[in-house]
Amino acid sequence: MSSNRRPRRIVPAPEHPLAAPSSGRRGFLRRAAALSGGALAGGAGVAAAGAELARNLPPNVPEWSRTLGAPILASPYGVPSRFEANVRRRESPGLTRTPHSSVSFTPLQSLFGIVTPSGLHFERHHAGMPEVDPHQHRLMIHGMVRAPRIYSMEDLMRFPSVSRVHFIECGANTGMEWANVAVPTVQYTHGMLACSEWTGVPLSTLLDEAGYDRKARFVLAEGADGAGLTRTVSMAMALDDVLVVYGQNGEMLRPEQGYPLRLLVPGVQGVSSVKWLRRLEVGDQPWNTREESLHYVDLMPGGKHRQYTWIQEAKSVITTPSGGQVILDRGYHEITGLAWSGRGKVKRVDVSTDGGRNWRTARLQEPVHTKALTRFRLDWTWDGGPALLQSRCMDDTGYVQPTYRQLRAVRGTRSIYHNNAIQTWRVDPSGEVSNVQVL
Amino acid sequence: MFRCCRRSVAAAVAAVLALAATPLPAAAPAATTSAGSPATPSTPRFGFGKPATPQEIAGWDIDVRPDGTGLPPGRGSVAQGQRVYDEKCASCHGTFGESNDYMAIAGGVGTLAGDAPIRTTGSKLNHATTLWDYINRAMPFNAPKTLTVEEVYALTAYVLHLNDLLPADATLDRDALLALRLPNRDGFTQDHGFMTRSGRPDTRNVACMTNCAAEVRLSSEMPEHARDAHGNLAEQVRDVGPLAGAKTAAAAPARGSLPAAGPDGGELAKGNGCTACHGTASKIVGPSFREIGGRYAGAAGAEATLAAKVRSGGVGAWGQVPMPPQPQVKEADVTAIVQWILGGAR
Repeated sequence: MSSNRRPRRIVPAPEHPLAAPSSGRRGFLRRAAALSGGALAGGAGVAAAGAELARNLPPNVPEWSRTLGAPILASPYGVPSRFEANVRRRESPGLTRTPHSSVSFTPLQSLFGIVTPSGLHFERHHAGMPEVDPHQHRLMIHGMVRAPRIYSMEDLMRFPSVSRVHFIECGANTGMEWANVAVPTVQYTHGMLACSEWTGVPLSTLLDEAGYDRKARFVLAEGADGAGLTRTVSMAMALDDVLVVYGQNGEMLRPEQGYPLRLLVPGVQGVSSVKWLRRLEVGDQPWNTREESLHYVDLMPGGKHRQYTWIQEAKSVITTPSGGQVILDRGYHEITGLAWSGRGKVKRVDVSTDGGRNWRTARLQEPVHTKALTRFRLDWTWDGGPALLQSRCMDDTGYVQPTYRQLRAVRGTRSIYHNNAIQTWRVDPSGEVSNVQVL
Repeated sequence: MFRCCRRSVAAAVAAVLALAATPLPAAAPAATTSAGSPATPSTPRFGFGKPATPQEIAGWDIDVRPDGTGLPPGRGSVAQGQRVYDEKCASCHGTFGESNDYMAIAGGVGTLAGDAPIRTTGSKLNHATTLWDYINRAMPFNAPKTLTVEEVYALTAYVLHLNDLLPADATLDRDALLALRLPNRDGFTQDHGFMTRSGRPDTRNVACMTNCAAEVRLSSEMPEHARDAHGNLAEQVRDVGPLAGAKTAAAAPARGSLPAAGPDGGELAKGNGCTACHGTASKIVGPSFREIGGRYAGAAGAEATLAAKVRSGGVGAWGQVPMPPQPQVKEADVTAIVQWILGGAR
């Protein structure tokens, strides 16, 4: 933020402190203090910190190399290292009035690759998270079908299954930023976003089984939660790539993600991927449900709402370096981030470090899946000066992610949903990165 | 493996294709059947599951469409609705539907085109059927699907009355509800490119590579006073790696420390929905837990008094917004929550 903050430097680990030059002892202590975050003051504290740090470093043998470790099954289902405690879902203070109809955000700034760990997948509940007994859960399919059916989980898991990698992005992702910068980090600007390998039954299989009427045009999906959340899905998508899923990243769905069954509508705003799925009704009209009329509708200049705005258009964001982070040293840094499109595959991502004047094309991590997060990377040498980092996604339809100026020219600033504008991060000479918007 | 033996050739081909390859559109019968023929094989390919009986469907098929499909017969009056509303709804939605910070259900008509749109049920909704459907399936927030058909009609009538769409002495039945025309009836459009994957986008950026902008103007940045609004960002970045987090607030517990195990009273209050109306330190709908603790701590029988209030509800101690009874909260949870409140809600 303030430009007079001094750059912090990466301090080399104090290897071989005893072999350092004569001035090295003092230098080592200073470095040790820097490494410990500068929290300790005074000679005794610094010395203690130095000794503590050196204890496990060469030439000393670390304590974990000299003791017996924990046995197997210390944690039967495994949890992240306790040193990873900073990496967790968070809520944005003041965004909602009740934690039961609210959202928590994925820490995109700390993730690698394209798969979101299931425990970090953002949460969005409309009436809290129910605990559904899989033995008593049923999926009903009825409406414009010849043979309405009821399936148990046992039935559903018996059908031929498929696994596919797809993102889920809430339609309101980046919704707080339409008019101006509102939140500090990529966790809050873009964290209603996740990507998993989903396993389940193609909805087309179930529709075929029930014998759907060829005049049908829509399917209503309903959740078993208190909200009984309902959304209309087009028959075209239902027969194309919509899945009824029970698996996520190799395990069953997490309760937060709809255990034991959810719909997965690839490329469409997250609310359509109805969790705790209990009912599918085939029909010939959209349902105009509360989540399609009072919410998840996009207010346009002039006062009309766009209704049934399903597709999540191409979008990207740099996750490192990103808002709230501090670059510790000049020189080489990898700029990396995520790109995705609800219309297909990411074809290209360009990155600018000067606010959009000039662009370079980033490397894409293969394989690139359709309607999935795609990891991009670009080499960058930070010279210690100010920089404005942006990424711009192009999908395989040729569509190019828009600027804020272009988006607002059409949709104004009140629509809440489907903000896929190019994000800008400012790098301050101090190394601090912050959220800004440019025109 | 397959039970059926009377499939048409086309269906057999479709089935083979579905087995052989993904994606699955090849199995979509629209592409493989001619006009007038049945859309799907007349016999299920797998036959898993069981038939859904009309009675089973009737119990679950609760949706109501704008054309009235699914709307059961029944009726309810504005006056009856007000009684139910005051008991079960006003604590969150406000006595006059102005909301206690939840989505307002009245007002704002005519503001959607302006710079400060007031988004309420009254200003946004296009069909009264959706209001009926939503109250029926999702309200009250802490006890959904417990209202009778008559209560849902009555509440729908009262909400419409709060929006000046029904007089105070009105009664609403199925026909009357379907005949209503709401202010925002024509306020929605499907003329956009978001309904299909091949839909036409509304922006057309060009992937320019060099000298793309003559000037880059900073239009918005985080104000300094909001620097700590999301806590200490230094604790929101991985502890190890080439980037640190910006220190924006006082440090919390030492690095690497783990959250306390087991739910405390505060967690239980959250889990049981108490925090929908009570903040830890700030008034939402009801008083904050610390206010309550401050008033009752040390008083004789405080724990039993508060536990009884949780169970049976109450009104008058903190104002005229009633607290609904909460019989669904487990006894042990009530005790832990009350003890936590009396201990200062820390």
